[in-house]
Amino acid sequence: MGNERCWNPEIERADRAALEAVQLEGLRATVRRALRTPFYRERLTGAGLTSADDLRTLADARHIPETTKADLRVAYPEGLLAVPPEQVVRVHTSSGTTGTPTVIHHTRRDLDAWTELVARCIVATGAGPADVFQNMMTYGLFTGGLGLHYGAERVGLMVIPSAAGNTTRQLRLMRDFHTTVVHATPSYMLHVAHKMPSEGVAPGDLFLRKAYLGGEPYSETTRRKIEAFYGIDVYNSYGLSEMNGPGVAFECVCKDGMHIWEDAFLIEMRRPDGSPAPAGEEAELVMTTLQREATPILRYRTGDITRLLPGPCPCGRTHRRIARMTGRCDDMLILNGVNVYPSQIEQVLMRLPEAGTNWQILIEKAGALDRATIKIEVLPGVFTGEVKALEALKARISEQVRSETLVRAAVELHEPGVLPAFELKAKRVTDLRPKE
Amino acid sequence: MAEQVNVFVENRPGRLAAVTRALADRGVNIRAVVVQDHGDYGLLKILVTDPEAACEALAAHGFAAKRKPILAVYVDDRPGGFARLAEVFGTGAVNLLNAYGFVVNSGRTAVCCVEVSDPDAARQAAEGGGFRVLPDGELYSL
Repeated sequence: MGNERCWNPEIERADRAALEAVQLEGLRATVRRALRTPFYRERLTGAGLTSADDLRTLADARHIPETTKADLRVAYPEGLLAVPPEQVVRVHTSSGTTGTPTVIHHTRRDLDAWTELVARCIVATGAGPADVFQNMMTYGLFTGGLGLHYGAERVGLMVIPSAAGNTTRQLRLMRDFHTTVVHATPSYMLHVAHKMPSEGVAPGDLFLRKAYLGGEPYSETTRRKIEAFYGIDVYNSYGLSEMNGPGVAFECVCKDGMHIWEDAFLIEMRRPDGSPAPAGEEAELVMTTLQREATPILRYRTGDITRLLPGPCPCGRTHRRIARMTGRCDDMLILNGVNVYPSQIEQVLMRLPEAGTNWQILIEKAGALDRATIKIEVLPGVFTGEVKALEALKARISEQVRSETLVRAAVELHEPGVLPAFELKAKRVTDLRPKE
Repeated sequence: MAEQVNVFVENRPGRLAAVTRALADRGVNIRAVVVQDHGDYGLLKILVTDPEAACEALAAHGFAAKRKPILAVYVDDRPGGFARLAEVFGTGAVNLLNAYGFVVNSGRTAVCCVEVSDPDAARQAAEGGGFRVLPDGELYSL
């Protein structure tokens, strides 16, 4: 090893000094762009930062105020836009219809830079133009599908944009087109494995060699289980829409931590009190975009808990590696790869007075997939005595939660007074998924 | 119009007992009861001697309960008694949502209770077919 093929060897193997020079330049450019946005102009000048030239070293990044998810919501839709609107060629928004979405704008160069990062990831796993890539991630506003799609095309793989779901068709595509590489959430990959016997497909009927799995945390045990079942290599993928989407950090052929592309992102590890965590300690990942033109984001608190792996990687890439995510430092839930905040469900329910204010969400495993059940109470004041009205309420909640969060949830009705009350800072979430 | 009481209950052991105990403590007598299962929950449809008192008692115990109009019709307690009523409703194009019955005088008289979407049409059809519809007071004091 050490001579593994790189998509962009010059930057992927750059020494630390060269990489840090690129980072400082990128940081200054990002602050310069940020100062053009209404949101950051106020935020940065308020913190005494009026010019990118104030940043002398990378360590000066500590003087920049942090950005949170709530900030992105406040800035929606154009408070973070740093380029004239005509230069924007795509937007990705988070799900949400109740006034809390977030948006990332991209210029043509932003999309190109993102695609380049994904191309690096794909080549780092040893895949190339001879591979057939089936992209089993959701397309559309969700960044998982499109992100890998364009990177794979750039490297020259044959791309099957199958998107998520429809297992019967996925298996047929895999067989008919000799798919060698798939991209999915780990739970979907397990789901497909569970379905294969009833679909009459054995792992030996397929041509799979690699799977890129991300979108939700999973354990080494799950990786090994999937690898053993399919007889493939599984590569861990990390990304978030605020930092483009997939392509932020990816495992190379060594499969020992994910290289995070440091020419594109400045990373910090943050302790809960805001102080920097020493190398090797688990902490929240904080990221700054270094290349993005349309939507610069400074010191973004990802909420994801990980740690930096020590030492160089045998593959020869110099970009540091992060361990698989071990959790969240907020109440965000990840259901079948989709991010959901309990507050989003609360907002849906608040718009439906007949749903009441007491509710809970129960999360379990149903086979390999996550199953969510929202529990609400039947209020005496709105009970009509008819099943039809109750079933209509269930359907309406389910539909609105789906349109708000992309999550399919069952709705369960309860007698009044059995769920925890609104005022009590109630425990809304019961997560029964086994922790590995 | 006569009424039954519809009660929302979770589908788990002990709920029927809680509902019926609440009625018993209030001195409300149950004439007939139907349990409709809907998976995670059920609907109890109860015919009682005093629907208003029943609803009050249930509300005091935190239950969601609602009075719903029904049509109570005397039928003969012998083979074909209910069939004749059903035929009258069929001829009159009355669609039944739910029906149940109980015997008042064995071998002679039974009462059939039906939920319909159009109670007036159902009453006309029943009376036109020679059936007697019970006034609510008579039903509750049987």
